[in-house]
Amino acid sequence: MSPEMIGLLAQGTWETLYMTLVSTAIAYIIGIPIGVILYITGEGGIRRNRTVNAVVGVIVNILRSVPFLILLVAILPFTRLVVGTTIGSTATIVPLVVAAAPYVGRMVESSLKEIDAGVIEAARAMGTSAWQMIYKVFLPEAKPSLLVGATISLATILGYSAMAGFVGGGGLGAIAINYGYYRYQSDIMLITVALLVIIVQILQEGGLKLVGKVDKRLR
Amino acid sequence: MIELKNLTKKFKVGKTEVAAVDDVSLTIPDGDIYGIIGFSGAGKSTLVRCINLLERPTSGEVLVDGVDLTKLPRKQLLAARKKIGMIFQQFNLLAQRTVEANVRFPLEIEGVPRAQADARVAELLALVDLSDKAKSYPAQLSGGQKQRVAIARALASQPQIILCDEATSALDPITTSSILDLLKSLNRQLGVTIVVITHEMRVVEQICNHVAVMSGGRIQEQGTVRDVFLHPASETARKLIHPAGDDAPEALPPNTLRLAFTGEESGAPVISDMTLQCDVMVNILSANTENIGGKPFGQMLIQLPDDPAAVQRIEEYLAGRDITYEVPGKGSE
Ligand SMILES: Nc1ncnc2c1ncn2[C@@H]1O[C@H](COP(=O)(O)OP(=O)(O)OP(=O)(O)O)[C@@H](O)[C@H]1O
Ligand SMILES: [Mg+2]
Repeated sequence: MSPEMIGLLAQGTWETLYMTLVSTAIAYIIGIPIGVILYITGEGGIRRNRTVNAVVGVIVNILRSVPFLILLVAILPFTRLVVGTTIGSTATIVPLVVAAAPYVGRMVESSLKEIDAGVIEAARAMGTSAWQMIYKVFLPEAKPSLLVGATISLATILGYSAMAGFVGGGGLGAIAINYGYYRYQSDIMLITVALLVIIVQILQEGGLKLVGKVDKRLR
Repeated sequence: MIELKNLTKKFKVGKTEVAAVDDVSLTIPDGDIYGIIGFSGAGKSTLVRCINLLERPTSGEVLVDGVDLTKLPRKQLLAARKKIGMIFQQFNLLAQRTVEANVRFPLEIEGVPRAQADARVAELLALVDLSDKAKSYPAQLSGGQKQRVAIARALASQPQIILCDEATSALDPITTSSILDLLKSLNRQLGVTIVVITHEMRVVEQICNHVAVMSGGRIQEQGTVRDVFLHPASETARKLIHPAGDDAPEALPPNTLRLAFTGEESGAPVISDMTLQCDVMVNILSANTENIGGKPFGQMLIQLPDDPAAVQRIEEYLAGRDITYEVPGKGSE
């Protein structure tokens, strides 16, 4: 393999990691509040509110049902507005975040739902306010489950980012499409796929190890 | 002082409404250890959850030191809850926090400065004898240790009241006893009022001064533990005191008497003396001794001969000795 090719693959790997990690981080910044709102306004939540729950729930469901490639194309004007271009890794982050934030919101909601109701009851009995409940009980108690969710989200977002290669996104996905698909260089395609698999594997393993370290229930 | 006035809590189950607590009025004096006993589904948990408004009553008043909690705005209710500690059957510790961080939790909620909070936590852990477990996580503790952490946590904000919902029901008898002793000594040392929810008579016997017997959402009877134990007036109370069903009149042979011995009197000499004095043979069906508030109480079921004259002699003898007796199922004489 030529040195240029190796350089290209290295560049692609870096871009993929950049897109995935940055999108996941931003998706969590937006998704955690969404998940918390869904949880506390939901059935039996500490701030039960059917209207808010239904509105947020419907928006999340709509965004989650649109296929990623269609979403990506549909919001191109929005992407241009935010980053000034629709081509390359940074531009891909915008649709990735729009697609991932609602997904993350549901992940967070389901992690919070796993919290022991008795612990919440005890905290309520101690006079804990809603804010204190969120940052001292809900998020810390759900931390291991949230981390499992983040590990899964990373792999999903990585998959989306590869898809974005079809329409001008960067990263390994773009290389696979440009060389493997358009130029019939199936060896390059195989290498990019292998690299994607390795990245997912490393993220997954690392994530689960971290969960094991963080979760105090398992000892 | 806790005063519940005509407290009712209804739940909607499908289309019907169930009154889990039905027009309950109770007064719990300061510094008391007050038991609320009943079978499963009696409404005990719902009642105790109404005291700190974890459950908002459908109607009625919850007065704590004269303040009706049901009328307080949210902020003041949160403040009022800080003065009412609560412990639970399942301990309900924060699993991701260490023991000391669990005990610190209510202090963080109150905004107590960290150094001051840490000092208080150390003090509380010493009080429940768990200083060596400060850095452990709940998953590393036994049930009894977890409950002691929960007690320390409940005491952190210096409450005047502690509510215990089946606090010992998940523990073995020896651990139960040590937790109850701890609660009793906290009551003595700190003067804290303790409300004990349980379905076990022995819990009430060991620590309570007063008891209310609950079933179907209503208080069936209340009084000092001694009175309720010796003269149970309600069916529920009788069943709770004699769980094996030895009290069911139809299960007993005819001419059965239940004797209750209080304090210094003990059963055996009385029976031998009675058989001699009255010149009758009695059959002892069962006997046991309970400890109520440190004093022994004996119970004995005896079968009398089928001879009215002999029965009358025995009844006169018992009346003369001031021993409480009753015909099971009919109430005491
Ligand atoms: N949230 C609820 N919704 C509907 N019904 C409820 C609810 N909570 C309690 N109940 C009903 O109220 C009644 C009393 O329940 P409660 O939990 O207070 O009983 P308990 O005396 O504490 O029983 P246990 O000893 O089993 O804990 C039960 O019939 C129960 O089914
Ligand atoms: Mg209960």
